[in-house]
Amino acid sequence: MRDFAIRYGFLILMIGLIVVFGLSAPGFLTPQSAVFILQSVAITGILALGVTCTMVVDGFDLSIGAVATSALMLSAYAQVIWGLGAIEAVLMCLAMGAAVGLANGVMIVKLRVPDLLATLGMMFVLIGLQRIPTQGNSISTGMALPGGGSATGTFDPLFLALGRLRLDFILPRLLPLSVVMLLVIALLVWVFLETTRHGRLMYAIGSNAQAAALAGTNVDRYRIAAYVISGTLASVGGVLLAARLGRGDVASGNNLLLDAVAAALIGFAVLGAGKPNAFGTAIGALFVGILLQGLTMLNAPYYTQDFIKGAVLIVALVFTFALSGRAGRPA
Amino acid sequence: MTNGNRSLGRDGRNRAGANFVTDRTIRLDGVRKAFGRNAVLRGIDLELPAGTITVLMGANGAGKSTLVKILCGVHGADAGRILLGGQPFAPASPSDALASGVVTVHQNINDGVVPGLDVATNLVLDELPRGALFLNQRAIRARARAIAAQVGLHDLDMRAEVRHLGLAERQMVAIARAMARSPRLLILDEPTSSLSAVEAERLFALVERLRAKGVAILYISHRMGDIRRLADRIVAMRDGAISGRFERAPLDIESAVRAMLGHAMAEVRIDIPAPGAPVLEARGLVLRPGARAFDLDARAGEVLAVTGLVGSGKSALAGALFGVALPLAGAMRLDGADYVPASPGDAVARGVFLSPKDRLQNAVVRDFDITRNLTLPFLRRHASGGFLSRRSERTAARAVVAEMGVVCQSPGDPITTLSGGNQQKVVVGRWLSQPSRLLILDEPFQGVDIQARRDIGARIRATAPGRATIVLATEIDEALEIADRILVMSEGTVVGEHVNRGIDLGRLMAQVVDAPGARAVTAE
Repeated sequence: MRDFAIRYGFLILMIGLIVVFGLSAPGFLTPQSAVFILQSVAITGILALGVTCTMVVDGFDLSIGAVATSALMLSAYAQVIWGLGAIEAVLMCLAMGAAVGLANGVMIVKLRVPDLLATLGMMFVLIGLQRIPTQGNSISTGMALPGGGSATGTFDPLFLALGRLRLDFILPRLLPLSVVMLLVIALLVWVFLETTRHGRLMYAIGSNAQAAALAGTNVDRYRIAAYVISGTLASVGGVLLAARLGRGDVASGNNLLLDAVAAALIGFAVLGAGKPNAFGTAIGALFVGILLQGLTMLNAPYYTQDFIKGAVLIVALVFTFALSGRAGRPA
Repeated sequence: MTNGNRSLGRDGRNRAGANFVTDRTIRLDGVRKAFGRNAVLRGIDLELPAGTITVLMGANGAGKSTLVKILCGVHGADAGRILLGGQPFAPASPSDALASGVVTVHQNINDGVVPGLDVATNLVLDELPRGALFLNQRAIRARARAIAAQVGLHDLDMRAEVRHLGLAERQMVAIARAMARSPRLLILDEPTSSLSAVEAERLFALVERLRAKGVAILYISHRMGDIRRLADRIVAMRDGAISGRFERAPLDIESAVRAMLGHAMAEVRIDIPAPGAPVLEARGLVLRPGARAFDLDARAGEVLAVTGLVGSGKSALAGALFGVALPLAGAMRLDGADYVPASPGDAVARGVFLSPKDRLQNAVVRDFDITRNLTLPFLRRHASGGFLSRRSERTAARAVVAEMGVVCQSPGDPITTLSGGNQQKVVVGRWLSQPSRLLILDEPFQGVDIQARRDIGARIRATAPGRATIVLATEIDEALEIADRILVMSEGTVVGEHVNRGIDLGRLMAQVVDAPGARAVTAE
């Protein structure tokens, strides 16, 4: 009974929630609503999958939110100010994300800075750095430049398509590209962590790094790789956000870090995994999306959202740690 | 759990006056303890006189640690009674034992100190909960100095944080803190296992001062040097019972060792095979600064055991062979080709495997099931294009479980559901599951019962043809059970070599114990 509750409790809770919302909020059980939910969690979901990888090696990445907003600003700057095209802008962002991940990994693994402190420092550096070139202003076509004149570049339509293109699926123009990317990335991370040699070794490192090293694993390299994955996925999230907004908005993306971490932690409870896992993280992100969408459709005020997210997180952590009696380090 | 022996203890008080013991003697009568069907203590009668250092010797699994845990309140006894200064003593918890004056210093010294606080605060820690609201640093330091002075420690830096201190000094702080309660019994469980010679000497001086103050001391150690230096009397334990008492000076340590090892078990017959081609040839190895260089050869089909005290350099040798830390000097050849492993990964790729000691720390992945623990080093063999084949892993795991005799429901069981002996079979079996050129097993019998030890040993010998095998074992009888040839290490170098046939045990033991400078100050 207890085992059943630990294993399926959270999924049953989610299905129950869908049934309740479906009965009480007309229009909740429609393809449009489902797509809206997916779209609302696409970016945090992608970030959450990245932080899941660092949690698998018993690390943590606090800089993902800042990497995402840096990618947002960088893509806007590259196109609007430097006049670059979509492909160059996206590649620059991915390279930036990977470089930040590498820097985090080297600081943590080689220089032995504790993970929380290293990535916290990186978070501040990035939040500051992304505002320096524009003197704290948002980036949009026609904005005044510090050196005089105004920005003449525009967002490449190809770039904006990343955030706005909708594919025909069941209904014409239903499925946003960002949702497709979330699903693909979730599948890739799941496959990587669960079915490849590398994923298995990363889990071994997270559980007992010393034993993994003495089994011949290059622990340092896998640890660094986890942060590179995390940084790169965070920059993907930032690109999608920029493409959706169509401007380099300094104020957006404030909640990305906390929402992503919450999704990854809720993921511990899914199927009683009790540890970071890609499937759980995706479900965790979806769960938060469903809850917020349902409550919005029932006219719950927006300012209750954080409270609800917090309550869900606590329920999930109780499922994970108290019910299953596991001692562990969630963060 | 302790209710039963409380009533026995009350009974004991009435008879205490009839015993010819002083008030300050600790006395155990018929103490028994079983875990499930496994009788660990089978009637222990033991007295620990005040002002005397009693050394307790016993092989792994003899019941020493259970006995200590009963004395310090972790376990309750199933039967029997304990008298502490004439009063019945049945501690319900470790703090209860501490309040009654039984102080234990464990191997893991951080149990006794708070690393983040300074020395002075650590020393007065027990008084803080009842002290004033605001701390007076000067008063605390004065009180702490008084506590330290009681045990003759005058040179402690009161302001230093404990985490910056060496192990030995932490031990001193823990002991000094315990002494502030004027204890009656001090239990030291392998206190020198992580100490250098100089540090150990300081500890011995402290222990001798406490003896002079009339504290009864129970000292548990495998190190002959410690025993020779400190023991007033020796009690040997074997299979949950006292197997020998040695009280007359000069203490007969060799008899004590025999009493501890016993001859109850059938001798293992070792058939020494004809030597094969050399697999490992090491020349001029230097493992630590100032240690004498030595050569080492291991041949195909041969099982070589390396024995020596804790800290004699066995694990450093394993680390050097497996690429954990390169030797300071010397050259190694594997199958005739140069062998300079830069990492464990390198070593594994060359067919050199190491099953490390301390399985929970170095080998067991707690989040994994038995199968995943077994396949961990060999995932490449179970993967194609990076993707793992569950079926291939399961097949391999089932084979190892059957060969090693791991007792489990299925290879999919979490490793944590296994007993210690079965976990050990898994982590040793991990490295037996694939052919190797050189297999190093560091303490493969650590913490396993005698049957599991025989099972593991038989499996190691059965798979030995074709590779060279080096077994590192602190316990001499383990080496005698497994090896064709035995090397003795001391002070980071090889000091003796014996073919395991009609071995001169006295000489072997002398080399282990009496190696020149075994307790002298080393270059470190």
